[in-house]
Amino acid sequence: MVRLPPYAERLGMRLEGDGARSGIVMPFGPSVLGRPGFLHGGVIGGLLEVAAIVALRPAIDDAAVTIKPINLTVDYMRGGRDADTHAAATIRRLGSRIANVDVSAWQEDASRPIAAARLTFLLRRPAD
Amino acid sequence: MPAAFDPLAFVRLPLAHHGTHLGIAYHAHGANWAEFALPYRADLIGEEESGVLASGPILTLMDQAASLAVWIRRGAFLPHATLDLRIDYLRPAAPGRTVIGRGECYHLTRSVAFVRGQAHDGDPGDPVAHVAGTFMTTGSW
Repeated sequence: MVRLPPYAERLGMRLEGDGARSGIVMPFGPSVLGRPGFLHGGVIGGLLEVAAIVALRPAIDDAAVTIKPINLTVDYMRGGRDADTHAAATIRRLGSRIANVDVSAWQEDASRPIAAARLTFLLRRPAD
Repeated sequence: MPAAFDPLAFVRLPLAHHGTHLGIAYHAHGANWAEFALPYRADLIGEEESGVLASGPILTLMDQAASLAVWIRRGAFLPHATLDLRIDYLRPAAPGRTVIGRGECYHLTRSVAFVRGQAHDGDPGDPVAHVAGTFMTTGSW
């Protein structure tokens, strides 16, 4: 079972779906506001990263492995409005030391993303 | 033309948004750069075992510092949106330490601003993160 970190819970993020289809949903509100009426770009990036880790955890299936983000590249494509924001990840490669993950965020329509990100993670196994 | 941009007047505006919610506050600025501070808070932890801050708040810190740097360099408050942002996490910020994020606007065109920046937790020579990104003017809020 994946537990969300305090940062994610503080902003009202919740798990949605299950198994390979699982993702994160985040409500709109004053705590995630950027310019008036729109989501803050920083929290969109934070949501994408949480969704990537949530997808990686069950795929690795070993609680002893630590997942460290190396970098994150976000493209902002549409303004995030007053609506729930969903995020789901696709694992491009899961190696023994590196994982490459793509994540997309959308509101009403998954085919009209508000943002997408590419993330690289360092995986540290206890034997390393 | 928009009024001349005064960074100190801008950061004193009583605005409530994601940044203020995370406790991010103005720290310093220069001709083409701005710094914000993110004090350590337990409810911003990303990894409970280590107590390390989540990277989302650091991304927000850098986005805000770079954004203010753009308006300072432009000398005008032109509304803009982040087009893209890349962040390299060089090392985890030490639990308990305030993170300082400096954003610099190193090039401007009529509609696009190019930014870069670094974050550190006490020693600017030993940064925790590095960013590069662009902002695009939106024309209006």
